[in-house]
Amino acid sequence: MTAVPVTMDRTTAATVRRGDKRRQRNNVLIFIAEHSLAIALSAMFLAPIVFLLLTSFMSNQQQLTSDMWPRTWHPENYANVFARTPLASYLLNTVIYAVSATGLMLLASVPAAYALSKLRWRGRNAVFIAIICVMMLPPQVVTVPLYLMWASAGLTGSLWPLILPMLAGDAFSIFLLRQFLVTIPDEYLDAARVDGCGEWRTLLKVVLPIAKPGIAAAAIFQFFFCWNDYYGPLLYTSENEKAWTLSLGLASFRSLHHVDWNLATAATMLTLIPVVVLFFFAQKAFVQGVTLTGVKG
Amino acid sequence: MSAVLTDTVGGAGRAAVGPPAGVRGSAPWPSAKLRRRLTVLSFIGPALAGLGIFFVYPLLAAIYFSFNRVDLINPPEWVGLANWKFLFHDLNLQHAVKNTLWFVAVMVPARVFGAIVTAMLLNRIRQGRSVYRTLFYLPALAPPVVATLAFVSILKPGTGPVNTLLAKVGIEGPLWFNSPEWAKPSLVLLALWGIGDLMIIFVAALLDVPTELYEAASLDGAGAWQKFRNVTLPSISPVVLFAAVTGVIATLQYFTQAAVAASVASGEAITGGGISGTFGYPEGSTFTYPLWLYTVGFRNGLLGYSSVLAVVLFIFAISVTLVLLRRFNAFVGSTR
Repeated sequence: MTAVPVTMDRTTAATVRRGDKRRQRNNVLIFIAEHSLAIALSAMFLAPIVFLLLTSFMSNQQQLTSDMWPRTWHPENYANVFARTPLASYLLNTVIYAVSATGLMLLASVPAAYALSKLRWRGRNAVFIAIICVMMLPPQVVTVPLYLMWASAGLTGSLWPLILPMLAGDAFSIFLLRQFLVTIPDEYLDAARVDGCGEWRTLLKVVLPIAKPGIAAAAIFQFFFCWNDYYGPLLYTSENEKAWTLSLGLASFRSLHHVDWNLATAATMLTLIPVVVLFFFAQKAFVQGVTLTGVKG
Repeated sequence: MSAVLTDTVGGAGRAAVGPPAGVRGSAPWPSAKLRRRLTVLSFIGPALAGLGIFFVYPLLAAIYFSFNRVDLINPPEWVGLANWKFLFHDLNLQHAVKNTLWFVAVMVPARVFGAIVTAMLLNRIRQGRSVYRTLFYLPALAPPVVATLAFVSILKPGTGPVNTLLAKVGIEGPLWFNSPEWAKPSLVLLALWGIGDLMIIFVAALLDVPTELYEAASLDGAGAWQKFRNVTLPSISPVVLFAAVTGVIATLQYFTQAAVAASVASGEAITGGGISGTFGYPEGSTFTYPLWLYTVGFRNGLLGYSSVLAVVLFIFAISVTLVLLRRFNAFVGSTR
């Protein structure tokens, strides 16, 4: 609109102004349409969680009705669920699993990603493709031999079969970290190498500080994966409730411990809240991680 | 992968023999080349060992087990093709394959389409975009068990809020997770709810489409649909391919939501030892391939036949993966 020619006569100028007004009105309508749609979608995305939250505060009687809003509020549901079920034990197991797996994963995955992005060696592409294949393939493919392996080591019935493999790193994390490390210019590394740093020193002194966001993303993804994992704990710990995680425990909550929906939903909220809190603290690293492992257009 | 190991071993062998006579005395031990290889190995070694122990060995073992009778107590006993032959007479398998193909055909396109539409909406919005993005994304964070419990509870046929609201406008809601016709569509709704991760990938991809292309299309008088068809879609096609391939693979291993929805909706929410008792509820409508693989191996103890199913799953998954790997450079960026 700023490029309107100065030689324009009055009638065209008037038409343009009328056009301007119409466009403005259209813009307002589009604005309203877009935001109504976005607000409606937001409501749909939030509704199931809000409903869980409200149910978790209802009384034992009300949770059987079709009411959506608690008539009386019962925050004591959250204490009761700890008292009446082994929720504390599920929680502890989940934290142990998620924290130790994430820590071990980083120890092995960061150097591996460094070798795949910053060191040149024969077979590098072959190893990288193998890691992508492991990342893509369903875990069920290798489940039977691995189960037999851990059974003969006497470690089934515990979470060790899920933690110990992290000593070798995790395919998805190696992939994510590699995708991050290739974006670091080689000049930084070369400067350190010229100063006589070995590769390990270069990794620790130069690359690690720059790669913090990538490492944070990998750590969060791994933590979430463990926190959410159902198949792994089901496979290895289903016979031993002492080793159950939150995901596994929640799925069996009602019948096993004879608690009502309001208590079950309280436990469900307690499983969800740490994930949401962690997400808000690390939203930027998280979104970056999602896009990094997407596709380079 | 074997290339690097033989390489290193070869290097060690040569170093042990010693450098050629001409340079004897001048080359330090270990030689620079060997030292270099050991350095590389110190970085990648644990990951290589992991590939061997947790992937190559179990894959080969699964192929071997598929020709054996295997249980937890006795050593494997060779049975030839018996397990493989049973594949063609297994009625539960046919049923599970049908369900899994249904999920691949419906859930994957629904998720890709939904993610593109929400991403396009987000990218149009100027004010409050990041708030909407966070809200749309949040459900993708919910642990699958939590998400499934939430959906089973809002879709409870009698007292759930969705059917209560539908009743208020005079519609009799379906039985959702308790109906053989509606259980699978309910799981698709659940999958659409957690669309956020895919949506974020498309948001980034759509922002990368050059605006000049849209301007050129506008000058040519293209409408909104033509712009989408001729500009947007071709530009984001690598991302669509990525989303489709990863979606198909995720659906081939679809387990948690189907298992938990069936067990909770059936009302006999048993897990651990007994969860497979409710697999597929109602009437086998949510019974998927991985659920059958798990049941065969870990509830019926037929680890040999379970390995057959694992090998078949591997063949399918690796073929789909190869589609993506053929576009290797688009997928991982430059390998330099």
